[in-house]
Amino acid sequence: MISESSSFIKGVVLGGVFCMLVTLLGHIKVGHGTKAHHHEHHHIQAPNKEDVLNLSEDERVELSKSIHVYCIILVKPKDLGHWAAARETWSKHCDKAEFYSSENVKVFDSVAVNTNDMWMMMRKAYKIAYERYKDEFSWFFLAYPTTFAIIENLKYFLLKKDPSQPFYIGHTVKSGDLEYVDGEGGIVLSIESLRRLSRVLEDPDKCPEHGGMIWKLAEDKQLAICLKYTGVFAENAEDSEGKDVFNTKSVGALIKEAMSTHPQQVVDGCCSDMAITFSGLAPNHMHVMMYGVYRLRPYGHSYSDALVFLPPPGSDND
Amino acid sequence: MLLLGLQSSWLPFYGGIVVGFITTFLLLHVLLLPQPVPVPSWDPRVGTAPPGTPSSPALYSLAPSDTAGEDAGVARGLFQRVRVLCWVMTAPQNLEPKARHVRDTWARHCNVALFVSSEPAPHFPAVGLGVPEGRAQLYWKTIRALQYVQRHHRHSADWFLKADDDTFVVLDNLRWLLAAHSPQRPLYFGKRFRPFARQGYMSGGAGYVLSRAALARVATALTRGTCGHSGPEEDVALGQCLERLGVAVGDSRDTWGRETFHPFPPEIHLTHHFARDFWYQRYCWYPVVEGPRCCSDLAVSFHYVSGEEMYTLEYLSQRLRPYGYSPRYQPALRPPVSPNTPRTPVSLNATETPVSPNATWTPVSPRATRSHPGPHAPKPPNPSRTPPALKAAPDLGGSYSGVHAGEGTPPQPQMS
Repeated sequence: MISESSSFIKGVVLGGVFCMLVTLLGHIKVGHGTKAHHHEHHHIQAPNKEDVLNLSEDERVELSKSIHVYCIILVKPKDLGHWAAARETWSKHCDKAEFYSSENVKVFDSVAVNTNDMWMMMRKAYKIAYERYKDEFSWFFLAYPTTFAIIENLKYFLLKKDPSQPFYIGHTVKSGDLEYVDGEGGIVLSIESLRRLSRVLEDPDKCPEHGGMIWKLAEDKQLAICLKYTGVFAENAEDSEGKDVFNTKSVGALIKEAMSTHPQQVVDGCCSDMAITFSGLAPNHMHVMMYGVYRLRPYGHSYSDALVFLPPPGSDND
Repeated sequence: MLLLGLQSSWLPFYGGIVVGFITTFLLLHVLLLPQPVPVPSWDPRVGTAPPGTPSSPALYSLAPSDTAGEDAGVARGLFQRVRVLCWVMTAPQNLEPKARHVRDTWARHCNVALFVSSEPAPHFPAVGLGVPEGRAQLYWKTIRALQYVQRHHRHSADWFLKADDDTFVVLDNLRWLLAAHSPQRPLYFGKRFRPFARQGYMSGGAGYVLSRAALARVATALTRGTCGHSGPEEDVALGQCLERLGVAVGDSRDTWGRETFHPFPPEIHLTHHFARDFWYQRYCWYPVVEGPRCCSDLAVSFHYVSGEEMYTLEYLSQRLRPYGYSPRYQPALRPPVSPNTPRTPVSLNATETPVSPNATWTPVSPRATRSHPGPHAPKPPNPSRTPPALKAAPDLGGSYSGVHAGEGTPPQPQMS
């Protein structure tokens, strides 16, 4: 009897110690993991409201006019519906927007790059854009057909960033050692990054036209590799609360996720108030976004924004 | 002997390990390690009922507050001056799948929000009217709801909005619309449909709003049986009743002539082309506009909005905005105009004057409530009192997906 009870007690003690060890290890492991992850990620934030409001009236007006964004939208004939929607909606708010299509299409004006391969399309588009517009624009925004962008929020985000520095901004993803901007969320390059890119595109060793030996790498990864050679690194864009401003999903998809992860705080937890892009949108959704973003609003709220953007001429859906 | 000894003690040993593990686990996780704080189911910003209000399961909201860089002063003034009570028609089985999303989004902007069901649900909170659910009982349910609101909340607000649990409303825009009108006048607003009533009637699903005077009249009449207690469609029957009682229809369009109450979701109004013989064209009082001009920037309501879309619309309207953008449409706040009352300033805290049955009233023509005359004169009423047989399914075309027409039937003038 005594031996049984003593072995029982030994068992209890052993079990308790084992449990505590497991719990402690579990906690330490989790903590360590996130810290390491956080360190290697490059984050870039929107300007602080206070920073911006300290500017004088004249400085603000000058600033609003000084940020020039050139939009590149890569399209193919199969994307005609999205193409039309982008033309009629958000792209009107770019200082200049051009559609780079795989082939010439009669219905819409475009710059034909005469290739179906996404990486080739991207290379050619960036090359052409740099050659033609390097003196006119300081920022270059590249989008896919299903992306919807709010250029005003992009300009606000870029407000205090110097375009002569190599910026490569968007929604970043880590793939092994490579951190790249996910094309779905839109890619922002400063003129300096574009300058460096146009040089390295000529280098077939560092930046080959047909990258990858066994299988093809996605074009947004290829871009990151080429830029890395020139010393340009991807940075993830966030607002002052740490929320992503470039989104690779639609508002609906993000709301659905928020409804399952934190159902009590769906709108608070979902998306940034100054989001720049959403993606995966159908053409009709772009029209709804246009209305929801630029027009539908509750009466009686006014904002002291540092910048002023006027509606583009000849448009009735914004 | 030794074997026996070992055998007899391995059971308690391993048993001890299991017991020790479980006990320590429970001790650590229940007592010692921090627990996640349970999030309250209501927004902590929701206020408490003002003193003197009867105990009724309603939600009382706080006025909009300023945030960094945002001045909500005008909206706050309207919140205090144009008080709106929202009553949302729902059912016990819809509380969690539908009404909850209303409660967690736009209902928070009402001065008072009431969820009206057939059975009470105090935790939600929802009022139980004791009327069975179902299309046939809809008018009965509406009557009971009107009487309930009149009995318990007639002093809580100046205007009384009825909505469904799949209606999305922007309260600040409703207040802007109503600011120009006096709640002492019997008036109602909504998405105006043409048939069955000389002055038209308001679509139930798109939401309609009654002035305090209108509510008092209709509740009294319903109690006395002046209007009858049953009808084929709730919104038609109510519209006919209100017309009989001299409650005038207001023009809910904005100052650019664009509609504010919408019987479909935004995607339909913005992108869809209605078939020529679709009932909607015939039913609308004002001409149907498709594309961007369908809808005012200051839209008040949309219908057939799913739970997920409630949050999407709340995010798009209240949160996401283009920084620094100066919108094309920036109307002024319309001061109250009341041509039929003497020229005394409208007192913000005016006590309610009861509508005496012998008071003389003059029906206000729709033109007087608008800044410019409407393009259509009202047509003679449809001689038949029942709605024509509608097509089984409206051919809305391939671009339209995601309509929940209540119990699976296509959108019809009666509410779901």
